[in-house]
Amino acid sequence: MSEQPIQQMTQQDPTSTRLIISMAVAGFFSGLIIIGIYLATFDTIKENKARELKEAVFRVLPGVTQMSQHRLEKDRVVPYAGDPDENTLYAGFGENGDFIGYALTGAGPGFQDTIKVIYGYQPESDMGARLIGMWILDSRETPGLGDKIYKDAEFVGNFDALSIEPTIKVVKKGTKTKNSEVDAITGATISSKAVVRIINIANDKWLPHLPVNPPEAPPQTQTPTPSPTQEVQ
Amino acid sequence: MAKKLDSYEEMIKGLWRENPVFVQVLGMCPMLAVTNSAVNAVVMGVATFFVLVSSSFLVSSFRGVIPKQVRISIYVVIIATFVTVADYTLLALVPAIHKELGAFIPLIVANCMILGRQEAYASKNSVKFAVLDAIGTAGGFMFALLALGGVREILGEGKIFGVPLFGDNFEPWVIMILPPGGFITLGLILLFFNWVTARRAARNQLQPQPVGSDIR
Repeated sequence: MSEQPIQQMTQQDPTSTRLIISMAVAGFFSGLIIIGIYLATFDTIKENKARELKEAVFRVLPGVTQMSQHRLEKDRVVPYAGDPDENTLYAGFGENGDFIGYALTGAGPGFQDTIKVIYGYQPESDMGARLIGMWILDSRETPGLGDKIYKDAEFVGNFDALSIEPTIKVVKKGTKTKNSEVDAITGATISSKAVVRIINIANDKWLPHLPVNPPEAPPQTQTPTPSPTQEVQ
Repeated sequence: MAKKLDSYEEMIKGLWRENPVFVQVLGMCPMLAVTNSAVNAVVMGVATFFVLVSSSFLVSSFRGVIPKQVRISIYVVIIATFVTVADYTLLALVPAIHKELGAFIPLIVANCMILGRQEAYASKNSVKFAVLDAIGTAGGFMFALLALGGVREILGEGKIFGVPLFGDNFEPWVIMILPPGGFITLGLILLFFNWVTARRAARNQLQPQPVGSDIR
């Protein structure tokens, strides 16, 4: 297979070498472009994800101005600076560095796909251990019905002061009598129940391992932390 | 080349007379899946526009050197590259909308409208006409997405681009943003286009041509 002038090639069938070279050249430039755009957008995408997470933590822990990241390892909660995973939790602190609560996550099947939930947990309050906020991180529930689990302020508001004792229960809308009951969304009972079930299961996983003494607030100085995912500001 | 091409005509045909969705009935998958709101439709339309125009430009530029035995693979490599670029760009710029569009951004690779334009047009015409044709076709696709997305969002949520149109008493017609609403709306719009085509044919005293008969 010797190299031949291209002009001759267009008249007759090209050699297999030329076909392979054509594909290789196309693949090479494609690879260059793809890696280029990946590198160019990498930082922004990572920042977006970190900011989204931070906003979610601040949303479920009202009054929080700083947070620190921890991770459940075996049965102990330890400070953690790596990328968040399903065993990561967050501690939220008020302006004076006083501990407010934990932001815990849970995931489980919803009506259509996995629902990922983050919720604020306050170990001590005048009504005992309670939830102080809930937000949906990810879901594919039916638009217009199931997506009310995060679009319906009334349903989300259920979790703003919700006792977890003995356990959280879903009741028909308007029949809530106890502090530990949640009004279901009319037309999206399955999604409502899924959210509560996910939180109950997550509570079983987290609560036995949370330390008796809350973690220390991070230092007030706004020095950048070593890991870009752990933003303490 | 058999006939002389008119640049205005080459561009405008994709918008209406050869609209990729309403006349050629191509690209149905994103058409039905992501048109539950006007914003999603616009972002999908812009991404497809970028991929189609860039691909047509490259395919037409290299039409002399791409061996015809491997042309489809090379077209797919070119299209897939631009789709990846669009995917990462949207993820960086509009993460919330990227999340809603989900798998349908990567699936632009498989949009038969794009590969169809490369095979049927860009590989046979000069760069100028290939780009004009791509702009027209992608514009027509965007117009179709927006028409469907607009109607579905207005009826299904009572909003357009997230802005409420009616008072609190408006009861959203939820089915319109669910898959059946997509089929119903698309069916009605196709009905309208067929009616327009039949009327035009009758005026020219020609036999009406059914939808899809003039796919090239």
